[in-house]
Amino acid sequence: MIAVMLVIVFVNHGLAIKAAGITTYTLKEMALVIPPIFILLGLLDLWVPRETMIKYMGEGSGTKGVILAFILGSAAAGPLYGAFPVAGMLMSKGAKFSNILIFIGAWSTTKIPMFLFEMAALGSKFAITRLLIDIPGVIILAYILSAMLGKEEIKRIYSRLL
Amino acid sequence: MGNYILYALMALLLAWSYRKDRQKTNQALMKAWKAFENILPEFLGIIILVGLMLAVLDPQVISRLIGQNSGWTGTIFAAVVGSIALMPGIVAFPTAAILLNNGAGYMQIAALISTLMMVGVVTMPVEIKYFGRKVAIARNLLAFFFSFLVAVIIAKGL
Repeated sequence: MIAVMLVIVFVNHGLAIKAAGITTYTLKEMALVIPPIFILLGLLDLWVPRETMIKYMGEGSGTKGVILAFILGSAAAGPLYGAFPVAGMLMSKGAKFSNILIFIGAWSTTKIPMFLFEMAALGSKFAITRLLIDIPGVIILAYILSAMLGKEEIKRIYSRLL
Repeated sequence: MGNYILYALMALLLAWSYRKDRQKTNQALMKAWKAFENILPEFLGIIILVGLMLAVLDPQVISRLIGQNSGWTGTIFAAVVGSIALMPGIVAFPTAAILLNNGAGYMQIAALISTLMMVGVVTMPVEIKYFGRKVAIARNLLAFFFSFLVAVIIAKGL
């Protein structure tokens, strides 16, 4: 990566400066969004007992778990890569795999602050149409992926995290 | 706005936690720091890549790739660009609006937006760290194909 960057600095000064500027901007943005995500993650980890997590998002949680996963993901702020550590923590607390995938799907594409922003930039018809496709889409994709992987593989992922 | 809510929520819960159990709160903060430290190298790598990518991919470049009447080829191109690129929504939506004004089609823009949000080639190292290679690849592939469905429906509707 550093080699690539050095090459760019030599070949195209303007591009290198632009890239450095954007990187600084993104770093600032990260410095703003990431701390609360991780602190909430830490608090959740210490205060929510495993039994509670299993009850609300675990194997037997049913529709309740799906809805909760959706709300948690949609209410989030921050880039998708912030979702994975949170998802890892939810999994180690016993949340069901399909619910984890719904959480990630919701975080990636049905975030509420982003939806408002999308409406403003691209029009309400575009944003609402996309939201209406994405809500069932996220759930269906989560179940397809869970089924594709099978119980054994999912068990392996969980045991790796513990 | 989302940031304010996030910080307010954090402050509220942190205060509540601190009042209830000081030691547990310290433990939670330690845990937060450890989780952050654990993933920091991947995060930094991603951020540098994003900087490079956004410097190369300005609206002019993208609109050349997915310009007027580019049809399915343009849609596929948009999906590939969206999968590889990583743009925060704050940059992505205005960029998409500029592209639309420059004559890009709704189908291409929908494919771009959908893959930008759901598919993350650049963020795969983080995803693999938590879920393993198989899940990360399968999830991204499914989201990639799903984005075409989104593109087709939006193109029909708008």
